[in-house]
Amino acid sequence: MSLLQHTRFHLRITGSHHILRRYFVVNGFDGALTMLGLIIGFLLSSSTSLTVIINVCLGAAIALGMSGISSAYISETAERKRALGKLEEAMVTDLQDSAHADAARRVPLLIALVNGFAPLGISLLILTPLWMSNIGISLPIPPLYAAIVIALLLIFLLGVFLGRIAGISWLRSGIQTLFVAVVTATLIYLLAGL
Amino acid sequence: MIAVKKVILDILKPHQPNALEFSRTIAEAGVDYRVRLTVVEMDENTESVQVEVLGNSIDFEAVQSAITSMGGSLHSVDLVEVQSEPDMD
Repeated sequence: MSLLQHTRFHLRITGSHHILRRYFVVNGFDGALTMLGLIIGFLLSSSTSLTVIINVCLGAAIALGMSGISSAYISETAERKRALGKLEEAMVTDLQDSAHADAARRVPLLIALVNGFAPLGISLLILTPLWMSNIGISLPIPPLYAAIVIALLLIFLLGVFLGRIAGISWLRSGIQTLFVAVVTATLIYLLAGL
Repeated sequence: MIAVKKVILDILKPHQPNALEFSRTIAEAGVDYRVRLTVVEMDENTESVQVEVLGNSIDFEAVQSAITSMGGSLHSVDLVEVQSEPDMD
């Protein structure tokens, strides 16, 4: 069995496909909204150097990633151990040499990586225009606005992904998540000046 | 040489891996194995299955190992068919 087949098999026997998807969307959304909030905050503030903005956003992105990895690993390890224990109880046998025990060790790691890399990866994508501008590549629009456009696009795509999973209109689902982003941006605009 | 041609096993297994994957893994234990799995009883977390394995020379240890690796527990060997064959060498 290849590594991919093995991983799929482990996800199947632990029923973790949906958990993986959920963590990806939830934490990816977290990452995108956090970056959106930070960038809008910087837009509303007195002019700050791009390097400072990048460092602040990168710091937040790494923190989100680490938080995602550690929290998911701890909670999923506990959940998998509990599930394995219940299964051993039902089977009245030790399953330590089985695929179930193997999955209980590996699946939390996979879920933790997805949970951590979703916000980190999405945040890094949003920061791309800032980096490009920082190294001298000229953009058609100011880098902070370009980052906001990418953030909104990624939030919309997360909605589309959710819509496809749920089997509902992808456009409606995309607009729903975009609406959340717009509400967030509006709140920041309204409250940041207070 | 005595070759095991057929065994019928009573196994308790978790719902996952499902019957198809479970049978496939047992079949992969040999080159010419034919496996027939019948679900006898279903519980909340487990199911009792009857597995019939047919082959020219069944390696029982390998079959048992495949069952254990899938989280199954062999309860009993209900039928065995063996055949005496002349040694090839």
